[in-house]
Amino acid sequence: MPVPPLPFSPPLGGRLAGWGLGRAGRHVLAAASWLTGPLTSPSTLDDYLGLVDPLLSARHPAGRITAVRAEGPAAATLTIRPGRGWRGHRAGQYLPVGVEIDGVRHWRTYSITSPPGLPGGPVTLTVKADPRGLVSPHLVHRTPPGTVLRLGPAQGKFVLTRPLPARMLFVTAGSGITPVLGILRTLARGRTGGLDVVLLHSAPEPDQCLLRTELTGLASRSPWLRLHLIHTRTDGRLTPERIVALCPDWRRREAWVCGPAGLLDAAQRQWGAAGLRERLRIERFRLMPVLPPRAGAMGGRVRFDRSGIEADASPSDPLLVAGEKAGVALPYGCRIGVCHGCLVPLVDGRVRDLRTGKVHGEPGELIQTCVNAAAGRLVLDV
Amino acid sequence: MTATAPTAAPAAPDDRAAELGAELDRLRAEIVAARGADDARYIRTVIAVQRGLETGGRLALAVSLFPPAWCAGTAMLTTAKILENMELGHNVLHGQWDWMGDAAIHSTTWDWDFLTPADAWKHTHNHLHHAYTNVVGRDRDLGYTILRMSPEQPWHPVHLLQPLYAALLAPVFEWGIALYDLEADAVTAGRKSVRTLLRDIAGLARKAARQTAKDYVLFPLLAGPSALPCLLGNLAANSLRNIWAHTVIFCGHFPGDVQTFTEEQLQGESRGQWYLRQIQGSANIEGGFLFHVLTGNLSHQIEHHLFPDLPSNRYAELAPRVRQLCTRYGLPYVTGPLWRQYTSMWGRILRHALPSRLLPAHRDDPDKGFAAVVDDPLAAATASGTLH
Repeated sequence: MPVPPLPFSPPLGGRLAGWGLGRAGRHVLAAASWLTGPLTSPSTLDDYLGLVDPLLSARHPAGRITAVRAEGPAAATLTIRPGRGWRGHRAGQYLPVGVEIDGVRHWRTYSITSPPGLPGGPVTLTVKADPRGLVSPHLVHRTPPGTVLRLGPAQGKFVLTRPLPARMLFVTAGSGITPVLGILRTLARGRTGGLDVVLLHSAPEPDQCLLRTELTGLASRSPWLRLHLIHTRTDGRLTPERIVALCPDWRRREAWVCGPAGLLDAAQRQWGAAGLRERLRIERFRLMPVLPPRAGAMGGRVRFDRSGIEADASPSDPLLVAGEKAGVALPYGCRIGVCHGCLVPLVDGRVRDLRTGKVHGEPGELIQTCVNAAAGRLVLDV
Repeated sequence: MTATAPTAAPAAPDDRAAELGAELDRLRAEIVAARGADDARYIRTVIAVQRGLETGGRLALAVSLFPPAWCAGTAMLTTAKILENMELGHNVLHGQWDWMGDAAIHSTTWDWDFLTPADAWKHTHNHLHHAYTNVVGRDRDLGYTILRMSPEQPWHPVHLLQPLYAALLAPVFEWGIALYDLEADAVTAGRKSVRTLLRDIAGLARKAARQTAKDYVLFPLLAGPSALPCLLGNLAANSLRNIWAHTVIFCGHFPGDVQTFTEEQLQGESRGQWYLRQIQGSANIEGGFLFHVLTGNLSHQIEHHLFPDLPSNRYAELAPRVRQLCTRYGLPYVTGPLWRQYTSMWGRILRHALPSRLLPAHRDDPDKGFAAVVDDPLAAATASGTLH
């Protein structure tokens, strides 16, 4: 369902937010929040500032989309202006964004393609619409400029090492190019003398190559960067043999590989066999599991992450009961779905609401364990 | 309802309860499926209005030497505190808005401008009161451990004074709730350790110190020459909010026609029977949209007790459908205007101040007269043929 466009900049909030997001404004607001704490208890000044403009709230960091550029028919680059409270990123990291769709906030992570800038400086994400997904098509096709997103802290260890190695190899496929583009743009901004970088990128065909213009443009401007585009429809897949053929000195380079699981597994075997595992950094994109057609019928194996206990849960057993049978001390209250005293964060997997039969669950979502059963394999943070 | 042949035996009450439960489950599922952007907009609007009123009220009270500013400030602050407490605090802490997945409006992160810490209240209210509604000996909200509201509760001479202390409780209701949430009685009964009690007392002390310092020290000091009227305005706002909350909550469970239950009735209680107890143990108050918002939609107490974690703005549309269901199943649906529920509630407080043997049989006393009918209303309704 489309979200009505939000005003690009609230009438009162615009100027105040502009000031509040400057360097001086941030310090003043931080001091004011601290000073007014006793007056706004149990809320904070941020809760009030967030009503003027969500970007002013440091308690729930947010960003506003300032531009949406289509990247072919099924992808888009979003430029986001982060508000107070978002602490910046390192090149190669990904950004959790909270997107509201029909009243419900969904969290997804996307790699940042822009180089790190000043606090409050814009960041860009390139999102590819997965037709089976919920959030990515919404971001690509139905999100106008002015939309406010919640932002999580930038995460991930797929980043440049310090000191900067002189010789680097990047191997990417499909949307795996996004974190690497962020890294290359960061390199291009710094001192490039002595840099020797190879990028092997594969895409189905030229028309379907995400960010192709940016890549070729960057390569033509950057003498330190050698770009090899592999089109799998005509050239076949990017195999270890191809990597060796295109980059014979791969053993002497620090390597970053990002793409589908098959490519990552092959790279791990290749570098592992050469005894160079520590030179390889990989980034795995975890896709949301797609709902099986008749998920209602099955239970699953539940791992209670902190206690390290695993147990099989039947499709009719509430997770609370399954956990207690396995000897896990779970929080509980009324046991009938009323008090929300049993909420536990979901790490991975899906659950089925025993009252409605609806299968739901996203990483980080708080689950009422007394009225939800396992719908397949899942992990709980307890 | 399908028509049954005259010779068919009436359905057993257990099956009727299961049917009722299934119908209410379907109602719930319907609302869950319909929740969306409009509901999200509703709660955010209430939050914005509440914070706007609070800001306006605080600013006006800062210059409250000027009498119109005092009146406007006190009125705005009172309304803000009522909204904060009832439509926001109570309902958010119930988890009614958890489905939005918004960390800013979530039962695990929310705290309220009320003396009792959110966690303590969630335990006694969401768990003990909502799961064991009106069960004598289990639901501590039944008279809040100090009032005698049902003939099953043993009478002590101190209950002669209960009309007095019930009235005195109203303006300091938040203190009453805070002390009650400590569950000191559970310590003497051995259900709670002294150590836990001490920890809870420390938690309450911290919260109470923050909230009272804000209203009775910091804002008056900031008001300079208006310090005294500002303090009085804050005191008035807190007291009026307390009286209002006390009124709405007492009218939700204690009007004369509302039932109480015994612990034996809990044995093997099915989901349908649990629903049934919620309907019989709650009372609605009639009024308009603004009235409902100001009661935190607890004026739809029956719907709230059936579906405590559905968003409060949906209770109004559920009410006529629940009522229709009650008519079909021959169940009581206690509702009335505020004045009637209020006088009825006071009648009950006065009546149970006296030992039961001194009273003539009254229809809300399950051990007398009406008891045979209300003990198992589904059985009664089935037997009398109202269901067919």
